[in-house]
Amino acid sequence: MNRVGVVVFPGSNCEYDALAAMTALGATSELVWHSVTDLSDFDAIILPGGFAHGDYLRPGALARFSPVMGAVARFAADEGPVLGICNGFQVLTEAGLLPGALQKNIGLTFLCQPTTLVVTSTNSVLTSGATVGQELVIPINHFSGSYTCDDDTFASLVEHDQIVLRYQDNPNGSRDDVAGLANERGNVVGLMPHPERAMSTLLGSVDGRVLLESFLTAHVTA
Amino acid sequence: MNYSVIVDVMLRAGIADPEGSTIERALPALGFSGVSNVKAGKSFRLSIEADSEAAALEKAAALAERLLSNPVIEDAFVRLGEVVGS
Repeated sequence: MNRVGVVVFPGSNCEYDALAAMTALGATSELVWHSVTDLSDFDAIILPGGFAHGDYLRPGALARFSPVMGAVARFAADEGPVLGICNGFQVLTEAGLLPGALQKNIGLTFLCQPTTLVVTSTNSVLTSGATVGQELVIPINHFSGSYTCDDDTFASLVEHDQIVLRYQDNPNGSRDDVAGLANERGNVVGLMPHPERAMSTLLGSVDGRVLLESFLTAHVTA
Repeated sequence: MNYSVIVDVMLRAGIADPEGSTIERALPALGFSGVSNVKAGKSFRLSIEADSEAAALEKAAALAERLLSNPVIEDAFVRLGEVVGS
């Protein structure tokens, strides 16, 4: 049985949604306070949504210096599965674990709505169980979700098939409709949409399940 | 010496600046014409204990690169403010 650590920074607010999603998929999970420096008990790590350290300065700018982030970097370097959702994605980019950056939405509005995503690569722990071209309805809930990077970085992302999810109708100005991307090895993934909020027909969609099931079945070599 | 240092953080050229664009579009409606290239950024004021102006600026540049700016999308510019004490 997978044991999933859900990192809680001061200001995280989607950690219980992540726990509920893991429970719904039969995994055990627990909260991990951001001062923890040893993640060796876990098979997978989730950085949840929210406003870590108040999003002061920039989203993720202070969270990257939380003690847990050194352990997250080591966990990722050992090819452990790491998933950053929304604010967690922002933290991973600030920490340099994923390339590029997330800036304010192009319309300067906070967006909270369902979006249709298209799976564009299955070379990641989040999308390995999906199929390329598959459409998933998953909500977004963010102000700074516009993905940006320089041309060299973008060329590298394309070359290594790292863009795993794209928006069908780009809501926030993200470069090339990027909604989610992985590192080169595919074990670290970040996305702005919230798959943990698309786990139940009662809440409008179950399309998050295929992603989180993939994440839980990811081969762990750590 | 305590040196007053100003750090300006601006989006790099080529990175979309929706705040600057929105402000620029709002100006004509308020009667301000002929204003262009509006850029929005952040400004920080620091007092830095250092042996020289150069050392203070070097420290400011280092912390600006590490924390105050995200070099992926932003440039940081450091300059001296007024001396606040010795």
